[in-house]
Amino acid sequence: MNWEKLVTAIFGSHHQVTRLGDVISGTGELRGQTLAVVGTTDHTAIGIEIALAQAQLVLETVQNHPGRAILLLVDTQGQRLRHRDELLCINRYMAHLGCCIELARRQGHQVIGLVYDQALSGGFITSGLIADACYALPEAEIRVMRLPAMARVTKIPEEVLEALSASNPVFAPGVENYVAMGGIRSLWTGDLAAALQDALNTAPRVDVRATDGAARGGRMLAAQVIEQVLADGVAA
Amino acid sequence: MKHSFAESTARMRVNHLLDNGSFHEILGPARRVVSPHLALLGVPFSFDDGVVIGSGILNGQPVLIAAQEGEFMGGGVGEVHGAKLVGLFRRALRDRPSAVVVLAESGGVRLHEANAGLIAVSEVMRALLDVRAAGIAVLMLIGGANGCFGGMGLIARCADYVVMSDIGRMSMSGPEVIESSHGVEEFDSRDRALVWRTTGGKHRYLMDDCDALVEDDIEAFRQAAIEGLRHTRPLTLQALLQEHALLTNRITDFGDCKDATDIWQRLGVPNTSQVTDLEAAQVQVLKPLATAEAL
Repeated sequence: MNWEKLVTAIFGSHHQVTRLGDVISGTGELRGQTLAVVGTTDHTAIGIEIALAQAQLVLETVQNHPGRAILLLVDTQGQRLRHRDELLCINRYMAHLGCCIELARRQGHQVIGLVYDQALSGGFITSGLIADACYALPEAEIRVMRLPAMARVTKIPEEVLEALSASNPVFAPGVENYVAMGGIRSLWTGDLAAALQDALNTAPRVDVRATDGAARGGRMLAAQVIEQVLADGVAA
Repeated sequence: MKHSFAESTARMRVNHLLDNGSFHEILGPARRVVSPHLALLGVPFSFDDGVVIGSGILNGQPVLIAAQEGEFMGGGVGEVHGAKLVGLFRRALRDRPSAVVVLAESGGVRLHEANAGLIAVSEVMRALLDVRAAGIAVLMLIGGANGCFGGMGLIARCADYVVMSDIGRMSMSGPEVIESSHGVEEFDSRDRALVWRTTGGKHRYLMDDCDALVEDDIEAFRQAAIEGLRHTRPLTLQALLQEHALLTNRITDFGDCKDATDIWQRLGVPNTSQVTDLEAAQVQVLKPLATAEAL
């Protein structure tokens, strides 16, 4: 779904969301509540300028609209793969965006992530994945790497990866896999306004993804290992 | 005696970094907490899943510590590896050490368990920021031959204090990935001098992307970490506005530079062609020149 259809599906005509370059921003009204909208479109690569532009929007919201909920709309092919970005320390720019979102959360802004088209690796970590909770449309795609490329890098035959991915959500692309592992809280279907309202009503403030992953059977070890680390060497 | 950081294993690094004999490993190899996903793919696994975690004393102060083992899957973050880091940060919230020290050496997300690794990196980041919000310092020490890339590069820049040697690189995408995506003209991954002056410790130090530059010596990392114990960087609006201004100005000031040497020259560093041959202490002398110029 393109971003214009998406914001209309969520907010009807009650929004002022616009596009500047590949960054989308503005506000939307949901049942009387104003939300800040920050995101990207056209599968854009997150280079230093786009990371900074999004950070700016989040900081402006924190400064000018205390407490306003933030909806992060994710569509990215990942971090920009250029020498210039690395030279100028792109990881610092992206970490800054993540820290701005973290600050917003700590100052009482709810932050909801939505993968509405595509989310890849690095570009996703400091946007949707750092929200209170991240959701996805069913037709969205989330991945680190496609199986053919993964087969080349890991030197494991693609057929083997293909066969294993049918029963194990741990490496293959797909939003369902991320739901099973707790990384995506749920898929939004049907009435998107209602889905957002529900997210605002129920999104947890603390990180529950590991326990979600265990409860859903998609990531059985993370929560258990975290508990073991907490318990190890502590006298009973 | 000098111990090369880069050539040491994760356990050796931890043992030499902390006060003598003070390290107590948490969930050590004897506990056999391994990645089930690697076994399923027929790939060798490790009894610590490539990361050593525990508690210890640094210059008399209690710390929690983690060290990634670059020799195992390039330090890649998988489900168990990531959960050990998350658990360590949550433990810090409970036990209130003086700092959490991370000896980062990682290519980022471990592809064999990519989805779990990606989510884990995000969980580590949130857990780390919780620890910082509690006023506990988080230190990143980067000095392994595999560098600190991808998700771990993001995590490193979320810390209070970053220490690097020149061998240790910090960045997002590896040069091979950039070359395969945009060609050898974009980034020649076999040009080692280019790779290191783009992402190595000296460049990061001159640009203020790391707080301390040290030689490839565990004792030097130890001294820098002790200094780092005093540096907490509260995550305030004021601090982030400053960071935002710095990053904005950087694009204005250096956005047209084609090479690290162009940036160094503009920073006022003399004899830029010789920077790669300098000792860490000599680069430290250049830093005030560079900073004065930038102001």
